Amino acid sequence: MRTYVSDVTALARKDLLLELRARDTLPAMLLFVVAALVVFHFALPSGSGRLAGLGLLWVAIVFTALLGLSRVFVAEREQGVLDALVLAPSDRSAIWLGKAVAAFTFLGLAEVVALPAFGLFFSGVGGATVAAVALADVGICSVGVFLAAMSVSTRARELMLPVLFLPLAIPIVVGGVGASVTDAPGRYLAFLALYDALFATICWASFEYVVTE
Amino acid sequence: MILARGLSKRFGAKRVLEGLDFDLERGGFLLVTGPNGSGKTTLLRLVAGLLVPTAGELRVDAERAGLGFLAHEPLVYRELTALENLQFFSRLYHVPESGERIGMLLERFGLWDVRNERAGSFSRGMLQRLALCRTFLHQPSLLLLDEPYNALDAEGTSLLERELAAHAGTYVVATHDPERLTPLATQRLAFA
Amino acid sequence: MWLRNNALQASALGAGLLLTAAIALIAFYVPTDADQGLSQKIFYFHVPIALTAYACFGWGAWKALRHLWHRDERADLESYVAIHLGVIFGALTIVTGSIWARASWGVWWAWQSRQLVLFLVLFLFYCAYFMLRYSVESGPRRARLSAVYAIFGVVLIPISFLAIRLAEDFIHPTVFTSRGPQMAGSMFFTFCVSWAAMLATAHALYRIELAGKRIDAQLRELGELLT
Repeated sequence: MRTYVSDVTALARKDLLLELRARDTLPAMLLFVVAALVVFHFALPSGSGRLAGLGLLWVAIVFTALLGLSRVFVAEREQGVLDALVLAPSDRSAIWLGKAVAAFTFLGLAEVVALPAFGLFFSGVGGATVAAVALADVGICSVGVFLAAMSVSTRARELMLPVLFLPLAIPIVVGGVGASVTDAPGRYLAFLALYDALFATICWASFEYVVTE
Repeated sequence: MILARGLSKRFGAKRVLEGLDFDLERGGFLLVTGPNGSGKTTLLRLVAGLLVPTAGELRVDAERAGLGFLAHEPLVYRELTALENLQFFSRLYHVPESGERIGMLLERFGLWDVRNERAGSFSRGMLQRLALCRTFLHQPSLLLLDEPYNALDAEGTSLLERELAAHAGTYVVATHDPERLTPLATQRLAFA
Repeated sequence: MWLRNNALQASALGAGLLLTAAIALIAFYVPTDADQGLSQKIFYFHVPIALTAYACFGWGAWKALRHLWHRDERADLESYVAIHLGVIFGALTIVTGSIWARASWGVWWAWQSRQLVLFLVLFLFYCAYFMLRYSVESGPRRARLSAVYAIFGVVLIPISFLAIRLAEDFIHPTVFTSRGPQMAGSMFFTFCVSWAAMLATAHALYRIELAGKRIDAQLRELGELLT
């Protein structure tokens, strides 16, 4: 158990260190999310109301996440290092978990910018929204990193990821928007927690099969 | 340590290995020769467990923790320094007293002076040396080396040969230039 | 004896008979709905087809699980064929559902219909399954990726259904339930026959397509061995 945690930590540290050096993914995500919010301002006719804006916030989050997720396995793919990770004695699911933790960090940092920006451009966000964002991030990163690993094996590569990811993101959007706009966010937060528990479990259990033959 | 019976590997319609039989006992040195594209890399990847056979049987008596794999690619992160790369892999392989081991390997392969430089700035020969450090890092008992002399200059070659002599273990080495390694080989497999 | 030797023809024949029986029952036996009229009879096609699609996806996921857990080589093809059929029946569900919506509410698409929306989401998901399969070279890797994705699909079905239900509270406050009529005797019987017919049709198509694909694979292997 302790070795598993240390493996995941080593992998997550490596990804954070890589991003610190390369500095390409996170700045792009930050710029993208702010630009998207500006686009949404022009996409909402007057009188659309506060709730429409909140809905679009979730669109921004999902697509910013997609931008970041398309990059998670780039280093491993371009330099073939995934083989070295798969050959290591650690459980293969640790590769997925380490990457998901790193992705969660990047997405979280992007949201630290996005949510205040949204508050500035549109309207303030409540506690329920922030909680929903946190829960949704878990689901997005779990499923997203998993599907990114699958996409890496395909001919279409990055093109495959949005196609695979969006149908699975629909329940997350429902949970997130529901928590943000309705008066009873508890149900939606519980639903997000259910999604996270279910999908994180099957991702964890089946990652082995994605990276091995 | 390795047992192969009727080992075959196909990629779609392409037949790369067909009906291969061999035994390699512990401590042996198997030299795999043949031109490019003859299946040497495929055999190494099968033994490593990265591929599964299409047919036949392959038994490898080694855990992943005791396996050292040198591929065509250096398999290191270009954005990290030599030191950081080896630190990462030593954590992954739970190498004891990693600091000393890393230092020793970097010195043995002549990379100590450039240990804090990004691997991306290395020449291909230096990357190969770093890859060799990574391969020997956890003192594996089974070593799979794919074209180890690739890109190495004269100095690098002698450093590698010194390491091969010093490091006891079971070896499977693929090369299209077998002269240097013939004296070490206990067995040979020639691919057409 | 004949049954065992000609299993394929037998299942096709059985399906054909059931289908004819179902159509006859729907057309002549079951009473016409007082409110919705003739168009309501689409219900007897729409819901059994939907249930059959679920069955196909479930069967596909089961075969996928067998492929991963028991290293059952043949299960990959079986999973693929099941999902292929599921998508066909899914498309039919959407079409019949759309026709029903047009007949009942005058619109070709109705977000209020939970069934329709669910099938739209699943349709997107399983179409991506085929894109995934076409994007990977045939071999153990493709089989594994397909199997894992098929299992994700079957988990997505109840989650999506729950999501669609939850979404209704902030998307459309008014919900038209596309529930069928309160099913009295003759209606229930007709429904069951129709459901059995759809399942039998799916089963027959499954065996036919599977047999065809297996022969294809064997021919290809033979061709490779000869070259």
